Amino acid sequence: MAIVTASKKACSVNPLKMSQPIGGSFAFMGLRGAMPLLHGPQGCASFGLTLFVRHFNEAVPMQTTAMSEVATVLGGHENLEQAILNIYNRVEPEIIGINSTGVTETNGDDVEAFIRLIRQKHPQLEKLPLVYVSTPDFKDAFQDGWGKTVARMIEVLVAPVDAARPRDGSRVNVLPGCHLTPGDLDELRTIFEDFGLKPSFLPDVAGSLDGHIPDEFTPTTIGGIGLDEIATMGQAAWTIAIGAQMRRAAEIMRARTGTPFRLFERLCGLIPNDEFIAFLSEISGRSVPSKYRRQRGQLADAMLDAHFHIGGRKLAIGAEPDLLFDLSSFLHEMGAQVTAAVTTTNSPVLQRVRTEDILIGDLEDLEELARSRDCDLLMSHSHGRQAASRLNVPFLRVGFPMFDRLGAAHLTTVGYRGTRDLIFDIANLIITDRETNHGPTPDTWPSPAVTCRSIRPSCIEQGERKHG
Amino acid sequence: MTSLPTTIQDVFNEPGCARNASKSNVERKNGCTKQLKPGGAAGGCAFDGAKIALQPFTDVAHLVHGPIACEGNSWDNRGSASSGSDLWRRSFTTDMSETDVVFGGEKRLYRAVKEITEKYNPQAIFVYQTCVPAMIGDDIDMVCKAASAKFGKPVIPINAPGFVGSKNLGNKLAGEALLEHVIGTGEPDYTTPYDINIIGEYNLSGELWQVKPLLDELGIRILSCISGDGKYREVACSHRAKAAMMVCSKAMINVASKMKQRYGIPFFEGSFYGIEDSSDSLRQIARMLIERGAPAELMERTQALIAREETKAWTAIERFKPRFAGKRVVLITGGVKSWSMVAALQEAGLEIVGTSVKKSTEKDKERIKELIGQHAHMIEDMSPHEIYKMLKGAKADIMLSGGKSQFVALKAATPWLDINQERCHAYMGYVGIVKLMEEIEKALYNPIWHQLRQAAPWDEFDWKRQAKAVAQMHAQAVDPVRGANTNGVKTISFSNKSEVGDGESAIAAHGPNLVEPAKSCTNSTARCLACKDIHSDLQPPALQAAE
Repeated sequence: MAIVTASKKACSVNPLKMSQPIGGSFAFMGLRGAMPLLHGPQGCASFGLTLFVRHFNEAVPMQTTAMSEVATVLGGHENLEQAILNIYNRVEPEIIGINSTGVTETNGDDVEAFIRLIRQKHPQLEKLPLVYVSTPDFKDAFQDGWGKTVARMIEVLVAPVDAARPRDGSRVNVLPGCHLTPGDLDELRTIFEDFGLKPSFLPDVAGSLDGHIPDEFTPTTIGGIGLDEIATMGQAAWTIAIGAQMRRAAEIMRARTGTPFRLFERLCGLIPNDEFIAFLSEISGRSVPSKYRRQRGQLADAMLDAHFHIGGRKLAIGAEPDLLFDLSSFLHEMGAQVTAAVTTTNSPVLQRVRTEDILIGDLEDLEELARSRDCDLLMSHSHGRQAASRLNVPFLRVGFPMFDRLGAAHLTTVGYRGTRDLIFDIANLIITDRETNHGPTPDTWPSPAVTCRSIRPSCIEQGERKHG
Repeated sequence: MTSLPTTIQDVFNEPGCARNASKSNVERKNGCTKQLKPGGAAGGCAFDGAKIALQPFTDVAHLVHGPIACEGNSWDNRGSASSGSDLWRRSFTTDMSETDVVFGGEKRLYRAVKEITEKYNPQAIFVYQTCVPAMIGDDIDMVCKAASAKFGKPVIPINAPGFVGSKNLGNKLAGEALLEHVIGTGEPDYTTPYDINIIGEYNLSGELWQVKPLLDELGIRILSCISGDGKYREVACSHRAKAAMMVCSKAMINVASKMKQRYGIPFFEGSFYGIEDSSDSLRQIARMLIERGAPAELMERTQALIAREETKAWTAIERFKPRFAGKRVVLITGGVKSWSMVAALQEAGLEIVGTSVKKSTEKDKERIKELIGQHAHMIEDMSPHEIYKMLKGAKADIMLSGGKSQFVALKAATPWLDINQERCHAYMGYVGIVKLMEEIEKALYNPIWHQLRQAAPWDEFDWKRQAKAVAQMHAQAVDPVRGANTNGVKTISFSNKSEVGDGESAIAAHGPNLVEPAKSCTNSTARCLACKDIHSDLQPPALQAAE
């Protein structure tokens, strides 16, 4: 049971955290034809946009209400109205997803009321869904913004269902946390389909940010789940939520449509995937396809091969709660010790991380802990690269943002196969580190008594004389 | 100490800027940037601009006072290079919480300065104001003053909260902060007749080091570079320079012109992009230094160096000319880079078919016209869709632009090169221009392009087969939908690009028997080839023509 403490520093150095409005915008990016809109000064959107572009190497749709100082004084109604109309006229989106920022929250903009007024004044917007989520910058973190936004999408976009109508036994709703990559979602999609299930991912960033090349350039998202499909999610037999951040969304889905849910807090590692596959077999009524029996075997073999390298490693990890819980638990199960753990925001899963203490802090904290506790494996998003090079320990980039490596979208860590590949990646990092930095030399194991003698020239001369 | 609105008005009144001088009083008051359009804006805020301008100072701790968004979402995002300290790459922010917003963030800011001083003991701390603390009335000037006195080191307020304007304004406000608090506060150990300032150069990818050896060879000392690879002490002493070169167009013109007013340092606007511009700039520097008292023989040495470097560069570029013959370039970038790069590209025989002039002044535009002729396309504010159409229509062979628009080109299977701040190559001076040509050649002649422009061989085959099957199916089931189409619904397609109303109304109108085909097609990972066919059938002729 880990003790969770918050850093008491006034100055956050090398932040681990990113703000929740862009977590919200990220969720809207998993919707088809969507335009995420940040209600705030243009910098808020511009920074977020740059971050997503650098991570995904993709064009990313994101707009701003461009609040100026004067507009802030007067209130954001007019800017929001103009922004919605401009987006509506210019890019014809299927949906506009609005997140608030620090400025508009400090100001106290009543955005829901603004939207009602705007709808009254502009009847042409009647059919255009406008989903608003309150996400002030000065509270919570990236994954909270994502979680709140998905919950709100369900409230607004999922149609209520007739309880008497039978459910579609083959349909499942999947509510993925923001720590899952497009590669993860595609892996899960394949698994569901192999059980004859038809998954609806909300949101589906695999459809929009997987790097496919569209036939035509569009200013909105170029894929993702469609509104028609979201509307009918209430008919599904099950909702599967992945990551504790999605619990609230799953509960809202259940309350609204009566769809039962199952929460999987983790999908990396042998045991969590056994549970997952068993559950799919159960709800689909199908036996587990031989493909997954083989994959399980491959994972078991990877664990055997890699435990020599991963076992005993002292892990320092900095990540948002769900990702931290998932990966640290998995590494714990591979024999590593979770020695330093830093996260961004509170979550019920933190207490169950297999370590002594967790700090809600920054990458400076992680670096200091890693140094003082002698960690020899570092995991965090790309911003940890500076710490890793100062510590000179192997560094695995996980989570968002990953701006200094290609293929971030396709990094897959879910399922038997994803876990297997992650194991190899980590083990290979460790092997490289050992060969580069810890190769044995004649002086690697010095005896305190003989060290100086062996390097004294006179000793060598004597030895030579003997042999001569 | 002047208030922020006064400073902004002062910045807008820029005698050194021709465009500004031609404005009426009212126009001038409105500032030099276009009013931002909600829902149609792109680009950074004033804070972003201030940070860009100052962050390359390497031995300064850059502390951002605000909620996590401002720094947490943006740090370590620029490729400036440092020859010494890595302090500038660390990120410091007060990460304001809800409590701070309610009770004020000044105490937290003060404690943050204290922590930084104790842990990192930097030469100076720059404190950046952002929107939220500006709204709640945190007085960073006062906190900086108090902290400065207490900790005995410069703590400089950079008053450019994001919502006061654009990135460009932020550049200038950063310049104002330097003028007010830093420049002239120190004295150099010694001066020479060859001391210059370079203003508005950020040493991206270390490109200043492509030019510095030439200056070193001539004995010219960069007393201070604002701000690439800059050090706090150097800026503090920069008022002792004999001449200055202003590099990045109008971004920091206020620094150059006020240093001229206050310290009599003459400046010129120049560029090290392209052979002729580099030579011109070197000559200008020499001329100015001579006017300020340097020995006249400096010019001879400069001319000799220019002749040597030009010959080397021209010889190196010669080999690209046949490779570039008939190749057309679109250049989408801001400010000075437009015209200085236009010249550089033409030197190598490339044809410029379009360039953006969004951030350029009238004078810049005149120069561009002179350089590329009346026929080339001057793009005022082109939407990504228009750029895409231009590239897809093969109206250009390569696009050079900043990172944000790269995908427009790449997704149109058109070669693209990054010439903005995120780029990983240095393109300055005589060596830089040759490097740029190499990169352009690599991009143009990469074998991927012709592969990517081909459709998969099975695509058409599958498509025809599926289209047949779907046509049969539609003949039986979907006919009524086509009827509905004429009643105002725009297009019928179940592909992932269909519009909401269509899928929904189709399903609503025709009951569950349609749900099945619809669902099989909305799967976003699998492109629905069958629908593509239907889609093109039903598209309005205007759209088809555009494709």
